[in-house]
Amino acid sequence: MSLQKLALSRVKGILPGNPACMGCPHNIGLRVVGSVLGEKAVLVVPAGCTSIIAGNWPRAGIDMPLLHVPFASAAAVASGLKASHDTLGVNSVVVVWSGDGGAADIGFATLSGAAVRNEDILVIVSDNEAYMNTGVQASGTTMWKSRTTTSPVIGKTEERKDIALLMLMHKVPYVATASVGYPTDFAAKLEKASKIRGLKLIHLHSPCPPGWRFDSDKTAYIAKLAVETGAWILWEYSEGKLAISPPSRPYIDKVRRKPLAEYLKLQGRFAHITEEDVKVLEEKIEFNWKLIRELERIYGGGS
Amino acid sequence: MRRKVVTGNVAVAEAVKVSGVQVISAYPITPQTVIVERIAEMVERGEMKARYIRVESEHSALAAVYGASAGGARAFTATSSHGLLYMYEMLWWVAYSRLPIVMAVVTRAIGPPWNIHSDHHDALTARDSGWIIGFASSVQEAFDMTVQAFKIGEDPKVLLPVMVALEGFTLSHTAEPVDVPEEELVREWLPPREPLPFKIEPGKPFSVGNLGPDEVSMELRWLMWRAMERSRLVIRDVDIEYAKVFGLRSYGGLGEDFHAKNSDYVVVAMGAWSGDAKEAVERLRSEGYNVGLLRVRFFRPFPWEELREVSQNAKAVLAVDRAVSMGHRGVLGLEVSSALGGKVPVKNVIAGIGGVDVGPEDFYSIIKGFIEEYEYGSIEGWSRPEWYMPWMEVGGG
Repeated sequence: MSLQKLALSRVKGILPGNPACMGCPHNIGLRVVGSVLGEKAVLVVPAGCTSIIAGNWPRAGIDMPLLHVPFASAAAVASGLKASHDTLGVNSVVVVWSGDGGAADIGFATLSGAAVRNEDILVIVSDNEAYMNTGVQASGTTMWKSRTTTSPVIGKTEERKDIALLMLMHKVPYVATASVGYPTDFAAKLEKASKIRGLKLIHLHSPCPPGWRFDSDKTAYIAKLAVETGAWILWEYSEGKLAISPPSRPYIDKVRRKPLAEYLKLQGRFAHITEEDVKVLEEKIEFNWKLIRELERIYGGGS
Repeated sequence: MRRKVVTGNVAVAEAVKVSGVQVISAYPITPQTVIVERIAEMVERGEMKARYIRVESEHSALAAVYGASAGGARAFTATSSHGLLYMYEMLWWVAYSRLPIVMAVVTRAIGPPWNIHSDHHDALTARDSGWIIGFASSVQEAFDMTVQAFKIGEDPKVLLPVMVALEGFTLSHTAEPVDVPEEELVREWLPPREPLPFKIEPGKPFSVGNLGPDEVSMELRWLMWRAMERSRLVIRDVDIEYAKVFGLRSYGGLGEDFHAKNSDYVVVAMGAWSGDAKEAVERLRSEGYNVGLLRVRFFRPFPWEELREVSQNAKAVLAVDRAVSMGHRGVLGLEVSSALGGKVPVKNVIAGIGGVDVGPEDFYSIIKGFIEEYEYGSIEGWSRPEWYMPWMEVGGG
């Protein structure tokens, strides 16, 4: 799906002047969701940045039907909502639009339950790698060493968890990673996922200017750098096959990746890290590549 | 009409079936489990055209029926004790969203220590949340109240969720004969749900729960409070109408007056043990004591008018509680005192906590003791609650 085609959609996803921060990645993601699924989508939104972005009554920041729900409830509410639509003969794509907290941490059991039941819902985890709405606290997906307001000096000491791989292990029919730096890749994945029956999860990489401390005009640039340095790998699992997505394929070869430091040095959250830390991060990233490539081999999706 | 001998749990499941519920979601917990097992079985056998969502927790159970109700379906869940506490956040969210979900709460003590027997602490934690809270006192009433709950909650004048509390084991696992109206007749009386106050569906960009000015939050709570007030009339009407349509009994609306009006002494109780209390009242009346019972059928909205009416000539009122508010009185005792506003002295006895058995003999001694105390002049206005623990030979404060 081309950017031009996305721009033609009647539903815009987001409305001008909504209360998102400047350079907010959620606005980019929501815009793609609205353009691809707007006519059919209903959004279930747990607590998070989008609770604000949706707008202050009586105004609205999003032009899609939207149900705000408690933090740990989204995938269960979506299950019930979809069940009611099925019962009443309503054709819908029920979308859980969640942050990393709502999906991977406080809402993880709920998501896991919905995945086990293979509910016919589409879960998008717009991951900005910390609890941004409450002021940048460390989450389960925050990167090792990243500074947050609850890891303010030495940075996060724990590993990040991989929500997409966790969902893959739930044996749902569709799991993919995406990035706000690659809207057409995200759009194609959304379109494909929306036609599959069962639980679909897209883990969307969403660099956050205030949370990661970079300039608000650089969201897409940082998101692209994450892919170009290999720090974020785009892949897709569908119809039993797992494949690294085209934008990430050039970076399978380590020598073609941009230096990781280029990605890190633009972000204030990594201002304190040493060259040794960068090396450790590079090793972690390389291990991720090995893991995804091995999965690609096992699931037989590579070309 | 069919007469069946069923337990309280099965009666509630039958009520859910005849009420045309479309989405059910629950997580097992003793003593509620049989309700949802029975429903799951009816759904799998195709006897009930509904979706049963097997969730991983009670929080998700209420979340799932919340979603179903937001999409326009008629939805039901059931829980007990710790399960209810685990869904506490959703409890308020559902009520504040004004969605007419029905939930059976099979009452059970809260741990520790682990205890599966009944008291009223679990259901009463919902007191301020905006749920209509009913307490059944028989298996027939558990059935009737569940069917009526949909009619009451879905009434456009109300639009509030309804909790049907039934005593764990005493009702949930005890079989009694129950008159079950024909399903077609119930469906006629209770047609498919109008998706009010809103319906989330594609193509209609409409959101529920957005941030707003603080005044809007307060206005919404005020509207909700008014709806709760209006529900008094709806509960009374539905009780009478149901009895008329199905040839069953009317229970008296928010409260059941058992010889209470114009009695010198009024006992207030709710739940299954009210039957034991009635036996004791009968016996005392036959012995010449002028005593009656007001059984609270609905704890929210609270039947303060009914209570004031029956006790306007009373010398003293006794509230027998199965839940206590630590640092104050029994929960029902507080409600009774506040409704009567100091016009009549109110004695409060706390009994049956953690499922301790309280039978007609106990009620006889509790009520007789209360009357004697008043006549000796030792009940005046406010008093500390008395803990009824005959095995310990303690009482008073």
